[in-house]
Amino acid sequence: MHSERAPLVLRIGTIGGLVFLHFPLLLIILYAFTTEDASFTFPPPGLTTEWFGVLFARRDFWEALQLSLTVACISTVAALTLGTITALALYRSRFFGRDAISLMIILPISLPGIVTGIALRSAINIMGLDFSIWTIVIGHATFCVVTVYNNVIARLRRTSHTQIEASMDLGATVGQTFRYVVLPNIATALLAGGMLAFALSFDEVIVTTFTAGQQQTLPIWIFSQLTRPRDRPVTNVAAIFVIAVTLIPLLLAYRFTRDTSSN
Amino acid sequence: MATVPAPAPSVFRRTTNYFFRHPKFALILMLLPIVIWLGVVYLGSLSAMLAQSFFSLDGFSGRVIREFTFRTYSQMISDPANIDIILRTLTMSIVVTMTCALIAFPLAYYMARYANYRTKGLLYLGVMLPLWSSYLVRIYSWRLILAQEGIVTWVLRGLGLTGVLDWLLDIPAIGGSSLSFSYIGVYVVFVYIWLPYMILPINAALERVPKSVIEASADLGARPGYTFRKVILPLAFPGVVAGSIFTFSLTLGDYIIPGVFGNSSFFIGQAVYSHQGTAGNIPLAAALTVVPIIIMGVYLLIARRLGAFDAL
Repeated sequence: MHSERAPLVLRIGTIGGLVFLHFPLLLIILYAFTTEDASFTFPPPGLTTEWFGVLFARRDFWEALQLSLTVACISTVAALTLGTITALALYRSRFFGRDAISLMIILPISLPGIVTGIALRSAINIMGLDFSIWTIVIGHATFCVVTVYNNVIARLRRTSHTQIEASMDLGATVGQTFRYVVLPNIATALLAGGMLAFALSFDEVIVTTFTAGQQQTLPIWIFSQLTRPRDRPVTNVAAIFVIAVTLIPLLLAYRFTRDTSSN
Repeated sequence: MATVPAPAPSVFRRTTNYFFRHPKFALILMLLPIVIWLGVVYLGSLSAMLAQSFFSLDGFSGRVIREFTFRTYSQMISDPANIDIILRTLTMSIVVTMTCALIAFPLAYYMARYANYRTKGLLYLGVMLPLWSSYLVRIYSWRLILAQEGIVTWVLRGLGLTGVLDWLLDIPAIGGSSLSFSYIGVYVVFVYIWLPYMILPINAALERVPKSVIEASADLGARPGYTFRKVILPLAFPGVVAGSIFTFSLTLGDYIIPGVFGNSSFFIGQAVYSHQGTAGNIPLAAALTVVPIIIMGVYLLIARRLGAFDAL
Protein backbone atom coordinates (compact mmCIF):
# COMPACT_ATOMS: atom_id res chain seq x y z
CA MET A 1 0.00 0.00 0.00
CA HIS A 2 3.02 2.24 0.15
CA SER A 3 3.18 2.15 -3.63
CA GLU A 4 0.26 4.55 -3.95
CA ARG A 5 1.24 8.01 -5.06
CA ALA A 6 1.07 10.83 -2.57
CA PRO A 7 -1.46 13.60 -3.24
CA LEU A 8 0.01 16.60 -5.04
CA VAL A 9 -0.46 18.93 -2.06
CA LEU A 10 1.53 16.58 0.13
CA ARG A 11 4.37 16.34 -2.37
CA ILE A 12 4.51 20.12 -2.73
CA GLY A 13 4.49 20.47 1.08
CA THR A 14 7.35 17.99 1.42
CA ILE A 15 9.50 19.57 -1.27
CA GLY A 16 8.70 23.04 0.06
CA GLY A 17 9.72 22.02 3.58
CA LEU A 18 13.01 20.55 2.38
CA VAL A 19 13.84 23.62 0.27
CA PHE A 20 13.06 25.84 3.26
CA LEU A 21 15.47 23.78 5.39
CA HIS A 22 18.35 23.72 2.93
CA PHE A 23 18.20 26.78 0.73
CA PRO A 24 19.67 29.17 3.37
CA LEU A 25 22.78 27.01 3.71
CA LEU A 26 23.34 27.12 -0.05
CA LEU A 27 23.10 30.89 0.06
CA ILE A 28 25.89 30.99 2.67
CA ILE A 29 28.15 29.21 0.22
CA LEU A 30 27.22 31.57 -2.63
CA TYR A 31 27.93 34.67 -0.54
CA ALA A 32 31.40 33.41 0.35
CA PHE A 33 32.37 34.25 -3.23
CA THR A 34 30.74 37.65 -3.60
CA THR A 35 32.85 40.71 -4.44
CA GLU A 36 30.55 42.98 -2.39
CA ASP A 37 31.88 43.25 1.15
CA ALA A 38 29.69 45.90 2.74
CA SER A 39 26.16 44.62 2.12
CA PHE A 40 24.27 41.46 1.17
CA THR A 41 23.31 42.54 -2.35
CA PHE A 42 21.56 39.86 -4.33
CA PRO A 43 22.50 38.77 -6.92
CA PRO A 44 26.18 39.22 -6.01
CA PRO A 45 27.75 41.80 -8.33
CA GLY A 46 30.74 39.52 -9.03
CA LEU A 47 32.46 36.37 -7.85
CA THR A 48 35.90 36.03 -6.28
CA THR A 49 37.88 33.60 -4.16
CA GLU A 50 39.93 36.27 -2.38
CA TRP A 51 38.00 35.89 0.92
CA PHE A 52 39.49 32.45 1.47
CA GLY A 53 42.94 34.06 1.41
CA VAL A 54 41.81 36.86 3.71
CA LEU A 55 40.45 34.35 6.22
CA PHE A 56 43.59 32.19 6.15
CA ALA A 57 45.66 35.27 6.97
CA ARG A 58 43.62 36.12 10.04
CA ARG A 59 45.24 34.89 13.22
CA ASP A 60 42.16 35.41 15.40
CA PHE A 61 40.28 32.89 13.23
CA TRP A 62 42.96 30.22 13.60
CA GLU A 63 43.19 30.76 17.33
CA ALA A 64 39.42 30.45 17.68
CA LEU A 65 39.38 27.31 15.51
CA GLN A 66 42.17 25.74 17.55
CA LEU A 67 40.44 26.54 20.85
CA SER A 68 37.15 25.11 19.58
CA LEU A 69 38.80 21.89 18.41
CA THR A 70 40.65 21.48 21.72
CA VAL A 71 37.53 22.11 23.78
CA ALA A 72 35.46 19.76 21.63
CA CYS A 73 38.07 16.97 21.96
CA ILE A 74 38.39 17.25 25.75
CA SER A 75 34.61 17.54 26.24
CA THR A 76 34.06 14.52 24.02
CA VAL A 77 36.52 12.43 26.04
CA ALA A 78 34.85 13.53 29.29
CA ALA A 79 31.39 12.79 27.86
CA LEU A 80 32.52 9.37 26.60
CA THR A 81 33.89 8.39 30.00
CA LEU A 82 30.98 9.68 32.06
CA GLY A 83 28.32 8.56 29.59
CA THR A 84 29.65 5.02 29.20
CA ILE A 85 30.14 4.39 32.91
CA THR A 86 26.67 5.71 33.67
CA ALA A 87 25.04 3.69 30.89
CA LEU A 88 26.80 0.52 32.09
CA ALA A 89 25.58 1.20 35.61
CA LEU A 90 22.00 1.96 34.70
CA TYR A 91 21.04 -0.34 31.84
CA ARG A 92 20.23 -3.38 33.95
CA SER A 93 19.47 -1.93 37.32
CA ARG A 94 16.22 -0.85 38.87
CA PHE A 95 16.50 1.19 42.01
CA PHE A 96 14.95 4.15 43.71
CA GLY A 97 16.30 7.32 42.12
CA ARG A 98 17.13 5.74 38.77
CA ASP A 99 14.65 7.98 36.96
CA ALA A 100 16.05 10.97 38.83
CA ILE A 101 19.50 10.21 37.42
CA SER A 102 18.28 9.85 33.84
CA LEU A 103 16.30 13.07 34.23
CA MET A 104 19.44 14.76 35.50
CA ILE A 105 21.33 13.70 32.37
CA ILE A 106 18.67 15.15 30.04
CA LEU A 107 18.22 18.35 32.04
CA PRO A 108 21.20 20.31 30.67
CA ILE A 109 19.94 20.05 27.08
CA SER A 110 16.27 20.53 27.91
CA LEU A 111 16.63 23.68 29.99
CA PRO A 112 17.23 26.85 27.99
CA GLY A 113 20.97 27.33 27.46
CA ILE A 114 20.87 30.69 29.17
CA VAL A 115 19.74 29.06 32.44
CA THR A 116 22.63 26.58 32.38
CA GLY A 117 25.01 29.34 31.35
CA ILE A 118 24.14 31.79 34.10
CA ALA A 119 24.01 29.05 36.75
CA LEU A 120 27.50 27.82 35.87
CA ARG A 121 28.86 31.36 35.62
CA SER A 122 27.67 32.34 39.07
CA ALA A 123 28.99 29.05 40.47
CA ILE A 124 32.39 29.69 38.89
CA ASN A 125 32.37 33.20 40.35
CA ILE A 126 31.37 31.96 43.80
CA MET A 127 34.13 29.35 43.82
CA GLY A 128 36.62 31.99 42.73
CA LEU A 129 37.83 30.07 39.67
CA ASP A 130 39.40 31.93 36.75
CA PHE A 131 37.66 31.65 33.42
CA SER A 132 39.76 29.43 31.20
CA ILE A 133 39.53 26.63 28.70
CA TRP A 134 38.59 24.37 31.61
CA THR A 135 35.53 26.36 32.57
CA ILE A 136 34.39 26.09 28.93
CA VAL A 137 34.98 22.33 29.04
CA ILE A 138 32.95 21.95 32.25
CA GLY A 139 29.98 23.61 30.57
CA HIS A 140 30.29 21.56 27.38
CA ALA A 141 30.80 18.18 29.02
CA THR A 142 27.67 18.82 31.09
CA PHE A 143 25.38 18.83 28.06
CA CYS A 144 27.44 16.40 25.93
CA VAL A 145 27.07 13.43 28.31
CA VAL A 146 23.52 12.81 27.14
CA THR A 147 24.42 11.97 23.53
CA VAL A 148 26.92 9.30 24.57
CA TYR A 149 24.67 7.97 27.32
CA ASN A 150 21.66 7.63 24.99
CA ASN A 151 23.62 5.83 22.29
CA VAL A 152 25.42 3.45 24.62
CA ILE A 153 22.41 2.53 26.74
CA ALA A 154 20.33 1.84 23.61
CA ARG A 155 23.06 -0.51 22.37
CA LEU A 156 23.52 -2.23 25.74
CA ARG A 157 19.80 -2.97 25.94
CA ARG A 158 20.10 -4.87 22.67
CA THR A 159 23.19 -6.82 23.78
CA SER A 160 22.57 -9.91 25.85
CA HIS A 161 24.02 -9.89 29.34
CA THR A 162 24.79 -13.64 29.18
CA GLN A 163 27.93 -12.85 27.14
CA ILE A 164 29.31 -10.84 30.02
CA GLU A 165 28.39 -13.53 32.54
CA ALA A 166 29.99 -16.21 30.39
CA SER A 167 33.17 -14.19 30.13
CA MET A 168 33.38 -13.74 33.90
CA ASP A 169 32.54 -17.41 34.53
CA LEU A 170 35.35 -18.47 32.24
CA GLY A 171 37.78 -16.57 34.41
CA ALA A 172 38.23 -13.26 32.64
CA THR A 173 38.82 -10.25 34.82
CA VAL A 174 36.46 -7.30 34.75
CA GLY A 175 39.06 -5.44 32.71
CA GLN A 176 39.34 -8.26 30.18
CA THR A 177 35.59 -8.61 29.96
CA PHE A 178 35.24 -4.92 29.27
CA ARG A 179 38.05 -4.94 26.73
CA TYR A 180 37.08 -8.09 24.81
CA VAL A 181 33.31 -8.44 25.30
CA VAL A 182 31.68 -5.11 26.16
CA LEU A 183 33.83 -2.75 24.10
CA PRO A 184 33.44 -4.53 20.74
CA ASN A 185 29.70 -4.55 21.29
CA ILE A 186 29.36 -0.86 22.02
CA ALA A 187 32.20 0.42 19.80
CA THR A 188 30.06 1.95 17.06
CA ALA A 189 27.61 3.37 19.59
CA LEU A 190 30.56 5.06 21.31
CA LEU A 191 31.76 6.40 17.99
CA ALA A 192 28.34 7.75 17.08
CA GLY A 193 27.73 9.26 20.51
CA GLY A 194 31.21 10.72 20.60
CA MET A 195 30.80 12.36 17.23
CA LEU A 196 27.47 13.87 18.17
CA ALA A 197 29.06 15.18 21.37
CA PHE A 198 31.92 16.64 19.33
CA ALA A 199 29.55 18.42 16.95
CA LEU A 200 27.42 19.67 19.83
CA SER A 201 30.45 21.11 21.62
CA PHE A 202 32.05 22.53 18.48
CA ASP A 203 28.91 24.49 17.69
CA GLU A 204 27.78 25.65 21.14
CA VAL A 205 27.55 29.37 21.70
CA ILE A 206 25.00 30.18 24.44
CA VAL A 207 26.54 28.38 27.42
CA THR A 208 30.02 29.25 26.13
CA THR A 209 29.37 33.01 26.25
CA PHE A 210 28.91 32.60 30.01
CA THR A 211 31.71 30.15 30.81
CA ALA A 212 34.44 31.65 28.60
CA GLY A 213 36.52 34.57 29.75
CA GLN A 214 38.41 36.56 27.14
CA GLN A 215 38.94 33.56 24.87
CA GLN A 216 36.96 33.14 21.70
CA THR A 217 35.74 29.79 20.49
CA LEU A 218 34.84 29.65 16.82
CA PRO A 219 31.07 30.21 17.37
CA ILE A 220 31.86 33.20 19.57
CA TRP A 221 34.20 34.48 16.89
CA ILE A 222 31.42 34.14 14.31
CA PHE A 223 28.97 35.84 16.65
CA SER A 224 31.30 38.82 17.02
CA GLN A 225 31.67 38.87 13.23
CA LEU A 226 27.88 38.97 12.90
CA THR A 227 27.66 42.26 14.69
CA ARG A 228 30.68 43.70 12.86
CA PRO A 229 29.89 45.07 9.42
CA ARG A 230 33.40 44.87 7.86
CA ASP A 231 34.74 42.00 5.72
CA ARG A 232 31.40 40.23 5.64
CA PRO A 233 32.24 37.46 3.15
CA VAL A 234 35.00 36.29 5.53
CA THR A 235 32.25 35.21 7.92
CA ASN A 236 30.77 33.11 5.13
CA VAL A 237 34.05 31.36 4.44
CA ALA A 238 34.37 30.60 8.17
CA ALA A 239 30.76 29.37 8.13
CA ILE A 240 31.61 26.90 5.36
CA PHE A 241 34.44 25.64 7.56
CA VAL A 242 32.09 25.16 10.49
CA ILE A 243 29.53 23.35 8.34
CA ALA A 244 32.25 21.00 7.07
CA VAL A 245 33.74 20.31 10.51
CA THR A 246 30.34 19.51 12.05
CA LEU A 247 28.77 17.66 9.12
CA ILE A 248 31.57 15.19 8.40
CA PRO A 249 31.46 13.58 11.88
CA LEU A 250 27.65 13.66 11.80
CA LEU A 251 27.45 11.85 8.48
CA LEU A 252 29.88 9.26 9.86
CA ALA A 253 27.84 8.92 13.06
CA TYR A 254 24.72 8.44 10.95
CA ARG A 255 26.42 5.67 8.96
CA PHE A 256 27.67 3.86 12.07
CA THR A 257 24.28 3.76 13.74
CA ARG A 258 22.51 2.88 10.50
CA ASP A 259 24.76 -0.07 9.66
CA THR A 260 24.33 -1.65 13.04
CA SER A 261 20.64 -1.00 13.48
CA SER A 262 19.88 -2.82 10.24
CA ASN A 263 21.71 -5.94 11.45
CA MET B 1 54.21 -35.52 44.41
CA ALA B 2 54.39 -31.82 45.13
CA THR B 3 51.54 -29.56 44.15
CA VAL B 4 52.26 -26.10 42.97
CA PRO B 5 49.92 -23.62 44.60
CA ALA B 6 48.02 -21.39 42.20
CA PRO B 7 49.45 -17.90 42.18
CA ALA B 8 47.50 -15.55 44.42
CA PRO B 9 45.28 -13.28 42.33
CA SER B 10 46.47 -9.69 42.21
CA VAL B 11 44.87 -7.07 44.40
CA PHE B 12 43.37 -5.38 41.36
CA ARG B 13 41.82 -8.61 40.17
CA ARG B 14 40.48 -9.42 43.59
CA THR B 15 38.85 -6.01 43.95
CA THR B 16 37.29 -6.01 40.47
CA ASN B 17 35.96 -9.53 40.98
CA TYR B 18 34.61 -8.48 44.34
CA PHE B 19 32.67 -5.73 42.62
CA PHE B 20 31.33 -8.09 39.99
CA ARG B 21 29.98 -10.35 42.73
CA HIS B 22 28.60 -7.40 44.71
CA PRO B 23 26.76 -5.39 42.08
CA LYS B 24 25.40 -2.94 44.64
CA PHE B 25 28.87 -1.64 45.46
CA ALA B 26 29.81 -1.58 41.80
CA LEU B 27 26.66 0.38 41.02
CA ILE B 28 27.38 3.00 43.65
CA LEU B 29 30.98 3.31 42.50
CA MET B 30 29.97 3.67 38.85
CA LEU B 31 27.29 6.23 39.56
CA LEU B 32 29.60 8.34 41.68
CA PRO B 33 31.18 10.35 38.80
CA ILE B 34 27.88 11.36 37.18
CA VAL B 35 26.29 12.15 40.52
CA ILE B 36 29.22 14.35 41.45
CA TRP B 37 29.35 16.06 38.07
CA LEU B 38 25.66 16.62 37.40
CA GLY B 39 24.13 16.20 40.82
CA VAL B 40 26.56 18.33 42.75
CA VAL B 41 28.24 20.68 40.26
CA TYR B 42 25.34 21.22 37.84
CA LEU B 43 22.27 20.96 40.06
CA GLY B 44 24.21 22.75 42.78
CA SER B 45 24.91 25.77 40.61
CA LEU B 46 21.37 25.66 39.27
CA SER B 47 19.81 25.80 42.71
CA ALA B 48 22.34 28.37 43.91
CA MET B 49 21.24 30.60 41.06
CA LEU B 50 17.54 30.04 41.72
CA ALA B 51 18.09 30.79 45.39
CA GLN B 52 19.44 34.18 44.37
CA SER B 53 15.99 35.12 43.04
CA PHE B 54 14.94 35.30 46.71
CA PHE B 55 17.63 37.87 47.43
CA SER B 56 17.19 41.48 46.46
CA LEU B 57 19.24 44.30 45.07
CA ASP B 58 19.82 47.40 47.15
CA GLY B 59 18.76 50.22 44.84
CA PHE B 60 21.29 52.70 46.25
CA SER B 61 24.48 50.74 46.70
CA GLY B 62 23.80 48.29 43.85
CA ARG B 63 24.78 45.44 46.18
CA VAL B 64 22.90 42.19 46.57
CA ILE B 65 21.26 41.83 50.00
CA ARG B 66 21.49 38.18 51.02
CA GLU B 67 18.23 37.92 52.92
CA PHE B 68 15.21 35.85 52.04
CA THR B 69 12.56 38.05 50.46
CA PHE B 70 9.91 38.04 47.74
CA ARG B 71 10.75 41.65 46.90
CA THR B 72 12.48 40.79 43.63
CA TYR B 73 9.46 38.83 42.46
CA SER B 74 6.98 41.55 43.38
CA GLN B 75 9.26 44.05 41.68
CA MET B 76 9.31 41.92 38.56
CA ILE B 77 5.54 41.50 38.42
CA SER B 78 4.73 45.13 39.17
CA ASP B 79 6.90 46.45 36.33
CA PRO B 80 4.72 46.58 33.19
CA ALA B 81 7.86 46.37 31.03
CA ASN B 82 8.56 42.89 32.38
CA ILE B 83 4.97 41.78 31.79
CA ASP B 84 5.30 43.03 28.20
CA ILE B 85 8.48 41.01 27.77
CA ILE B 86 6.88 37.85 29.12
CA LEU B 87 3.73 38.22 27.00
CA ARG B 88 5.78 39.01 23.89
CA THR B 89 7.92 35.92 24.35
CA LEU B 90 4.92 33.74 25.12
CA THR B 91 3.01 34.94 22.04
CA MET B 92 6.03 34.35 19.83
CA SER B 93 6.50 30.83 21.24
CA ILE B 94 2.86 29.92 20.58
CA VAL B 95 2.81 31.29 17.03
CA VAL B 96 6.17 29.71 16.17
CA THR B 97 5.04 26.35 17.56
CA MET B 98 1.81 26.35 15.56
CA THR B 99 3.59 27.31 12.34
CA CYS B 100 6.23 24.62 12.87
CA ALA B 101 3.48 22.03 13.31
CA LEU B 102 1.75 23.13 10.10
CA ILE B 103 4.92 22.97 8.02
CA ALA B 104 6.25 19.80 9.66
CA PHE B 105 3.14 17.67 9.36
CA PRO B 106 3.03 17.19 5.56
CA LEU B 107 6.75 16.37 5.49
CA ALA B 108 6.52 13.93 8.39
CA TYR B 109 3.40 12.36 6.90
CA TYR B 110 5.02 11.89 3.50
CA MET B 111 8.07 10.33 5.15
CA ALA B 112 6.00 7.90 7.16
CA ARG B 113 3.36 6.89 4.61
CA TYR B 114 4.60 7.33 1.06
CA ALA B 115 8.39 7.38 0.93
CA ASN B 116 10.11 4.10 0.03
CA TYR B 117 13.08 2.85 2.03
CA ARG B 118 15.67 4.79 0.04
CA THR B 119 13.77 8.06 -0.09
CA LYS B 120 13.01 7.75 3.59
CA GLY B 121 16.72 7.52 4.42
CA LEU B 122 17.45 10.57 2.32
CA LEU B 123 14.59 12.52 3.90
CA TYR B 124 15.85 11.64 7.39
CA LEU B 125 19.25 12.93 6.43
CA GLY B 126 17.62 16.03 4.92
CA VAL B 127 15.91 16.78 8.23
CA MET B 128 18.83 15.80 10.49
CA LEU B 129 21.53 17.79 8.69
CA PRO B 130 20.06 21.24 9.36
CA LEU B 131 19.30 20.14 12.91
CA TRP B 132 22.93 19.35 13.54
CA SER B 133 24.59 21.99 11.42
CA SER B 134 25.73 25.12 13.15
CA TYR B 135 22.99 27.08 14.91
CA LEU B 136 24.82 30.38 14.43
CA VAL B 137 25.57 29.75 10.78
CA ARG B 138 21.91 29.00 10.15
CA ILE B 139 20.90 32.22 11.89
CA TYR B 140 23.50 34.13 9.93
CA SER B 141 22.11 32.79 6.64
CA TRP B 142 18.87 34.65 7.33
CA ARG B 143 20.78 37.91 7.68
CA LEU B 144 21.68 37.39 4.05
CA ILE B 145 18.14 36.48 3.02
CA LEU B 146 16.20 39.12 4.90
CA ALA B 147 18.57 42.04 4.30
CA GLN B 148 17.01 45.03 2.60
CA GLU B 149 19.18 44.51 -0.49
CA GLY B 150 18.89 40.72 -0.21
CA ILE B 151 17.22 37.94 -2.12
CA VAL B 152 13.68 38.37 -0.76
CA THR B 153 13.50 41.95 -1.96
CA TRP B 154 15.10 40.93 -5.25
CA VAL B 155 12.55 38.18 -5.91
CA LEU B 156 9.60 40.38 -4.94
CA ARG B 157 10.86 43.17 -7.17
CA GLY B 158 11.15 40.70 -10.03
CA LEU B 159 7.55 39.68 -9.47
CA GLY B 160 6.41 43.27 -9.09
CA LEU B 161 5.28 42.60 -5.53
CA THR B 162 7.36 45.10 -3.53
CA GLY B 163 4.07 46.69 -2.53
CA VAL B 164 3.20 43.57 -0.53
CA LEU B 165 6.47 43.79 1.40
CA ASP B 166 5.95 47.47 2.16
CA TRP B 167 2.42 46.71 3.30
CA LEU B 168 3.67 43.93 5.60
CA LEU B 169 6.33 46.14 7.12
CA ASP B 170 3.81 48.94 7.66
CA ILE B 171 1.61 46.78 9.92
CA PRO B 172 2.05 48.57 13.26
CA ALA B 173 2.78 45.79 15.76
CA ILE B 174 4.80 43.32 13.71
CA GLY B 175 6.38 45.53 11.02
CA GLY B 176 9.61 47.48 11.08
CA SER B 177 12.16 49.24 8.90
CA SER B 178 13.10 46.01 7.07
CA LEU B 179 12.39 42.29 7.39
CA SER B 180 15.59 41.89 9.41
CA PHE B 181 14.45 44.41 11.97
CA SER B 182 10.84 43.34 12.49
CA TYR B 183 9.01 40.64 14.42
CA ILE B 184 8.24 39.02 11.07
CA GLY B 185 11.96 38.37 10.66
CA VAL B 186 12.33 37.01 14.21
CA TYR B 187 9.33 34.76 13.62
CA VAL B 188 10.58 33.35 10.29
CA VAL B 189 14.02 32.60 11.74
CA PHE B 190 12.57 30.90 14.83
CA VAL B 191 10.39 28.70 12.63
CA TYR B 192 13.35 27.84 10.41
CA ILE B 193 15.71 27.01 13.27
CA TRP B 194 13.32 24.80 15.28
CA LEU B 195 11.44 23.09 12.43
CA PRO B 196 13.42 19.80 12.50
CA TYR B 197 12.59 19.39 16.22
CA MET B 198 8.93 19.25 15.22
CA ILE B 199 9.30 17.00 12.17
CA LEU B 200 11.07 14.13 13.94
CA PRO B 201 8.55 13.43 16.78
CA ILE B 202 5.56 13.77 14.43
CA ASN B 203 7.22 11.35 12.06
CA ALA B 204 7.95 8.92 14.90
CA ALA B 205 4.30 9.02 15.98
CA LEU B 206 3.08 8.46 12.42
CA GLU B 207 5.48 5.57 11.90
CA ARG B 208 3.86 3.84 14.86
CA VAL B 209 0.33 4.00 13.41
CA PRO B 210 -0.28 0.34 12.45
CA LYS B 211 -1.12 -0.27 8.80
CA SER B 212 -3.88 -2.64 9.87
CA VAL B 213 -5.74 0.19 11.61
CA ILE B 214 -5.76 2.26 8.44
CA GLU B 215 -6.82 -0.75 6.36
CA ALA B 216 -9.57 -1.59 8.82
CA SER B 217 -10.88 1.95 8.57
CA ALA B 218 -10.91 1.71 4.76
CA ASP B 219 -12.54 -1.75 4.85
CA LEU B 220 -15.27 -0.39 7.05
CA GLY B 221 -16.06 2.14 4.37
CA ALA B 222 -14.23 5.28 5.50
CA ARG B 223 -12.92 7.49 2.71
CA PRO B 224 -9.20 8.46 2.91
CA GLY B 225 -10.05 11.94 4.18
CA TYR B 226 -12.25 10.55 6.93
CA THR B 227 -9.62 7.98 7.93
CA PHE B 228 -7.08 10.78 8.09
CA ARG B 229 -9.19 12.93 10.36
CA LYS B 230 -10.61 10.23 12.60
CA VAL B 231 -7.78 7.69 12.76
CA ILE B 232 -4.40 9.08 11.72
CA LEU B 233 -4.64 12.58 13.16
CA PRO B 234 -5.66 11.52 16.71
CA LEU B 235 -2.87 8.93 16.75
CA ALA B 236 -0.31 11.46 15.50
CA PHE B 237 -1.37 14.19 17.91
CA PRO B 238 0.91 13.10 20.79
CA GLY B 239 3.79 13.47 18.33
CA VAL B 240 2.75 17.05 17.59
CA VAL B 241 2.63 17.78 21.33
CA ALA B 242 6.04 16.15 21.81
CA GLY B 243 7.50 18.33 19.06
CA SER B 244 5.86 21.40 20.51
CA ILE B 245 7.72 20.83 23.78
CA PHE B 246 10.97 21.50 21.92
CA THR B 247 9.82 24.41 19.76
CA PHE B 248 8.05 26.07 22.67
CA SER B 249 10.84 25.72 25.20
CA LEU B 250 13.59 26.65 22.74
CA THR B 251 11.75 29.81 21.68
CA LEU B 252 11.10 30.77 25.30
CA GLY B 253 14.75 30.72 26.26
CA ASP B 254 16.52 31.93 23.14
CA TYR B 255 18.22 35.31 23.27
CA ILE B 256 20.42 35.20 20.19
CA ILE B 257 17.73 35.29 17.47
CA PRO B 258 15.73 38.25 18.83
CA GLY B 259 19.05 40.00 19.38
CA VAL B 260 20.30 39.53 15.82
CA PHE B 261 16.91 40.24 14.25
CA GLY B 262 13.96 42.28 15.41
CA ASN B 263 13.73 45.74 16.87
CA SER B 264 15.19 46.58 20.23
CA SER B 265 12.30 45.32 22.39
CA PHE B 266 13.39 42.47 24.63
CA PHE B 267 12.45 38.81 24.87
CA ILE B 268 12.85 36.97 28.20
CA GLY B 269 16.30 35.60 27.33
CA GLN B 270 17.62 39.04 26.42
CA ALA B 271 16.20 40.57 29.57
CA VAL B 272 17.91 37.90 31.69
CA TYR B 273 21.15 38.45 29.81
CA SER B 274 21.14 42.21 30.31
CA HIS B 275 20.17 42.03 33.99
CA GLN B 276 22.94 39.61 34.87
CA GLY B 277 25.50 41.40 32.70
CA THR B 278 25.68 45.16 32.50
CA ALA B 279 23.00 45.85 35.11
CA GLY B 280 24.52 43.42 37.61
CA ASN B 281 21.09 42.62 39.01
CA ILE B 282 21.53 38.88 39.51
CA PRO B 283 18.41 38.47 41.71
CA LEU B 284 16.14 39.93 39.01
CA ALA B 285 17.90 37.88 36.31
CA ALA B 286 17.35 34.75 38.39
CA ALA B 287 13.69 35.61 38.99
CA LEU B 288 13.23 36.10 35.26
CA THR B 289 14.72 32.68 34.47
CA VAL B 290 12.17 31.18 36.83
CA VAL B 291 9.41 32.40 34.48
CA PRO B 292 10.26 30.11 31.53
CA ILE B 293 10.96 27.26 33.95
CA ILE B 294 7.46 27.59 35.46
CA ILE B 295 5.82 28.00 32.04
CA MET B 296 7.62 24.85 30.83
CA GLY B 297 6.62 22.99 33.99
CA VAL B 298 2.94 23.74 33.35
CA TYR B 299 3.39 22.93 29.67
CA LEU B 300 4.99 19.57 30.44
CA LEU B 301 2.15 18.66 32.80
CA ILE B 302 -0.39 19.36 30.05
CA ALA B 303 1.77 17.50 27.53
CA ARG B 304 1.88 14.46 29.76
CA ARG B 305 -1.92 14.51 29.95
CA LEU B 306 -2.03 14.51 26.15
CA GLY B 307 0.25 11.47 25.99
CA ALA B 308 3.26 13.27 24.53
CA PHE B 309 5.85 11.45 26.63
CA ASP B 310 5.11 8.14 24.98
CA ALA B 311 5.83 9.78 21.64
CA LEU B 312 9.25 11.15 22.56
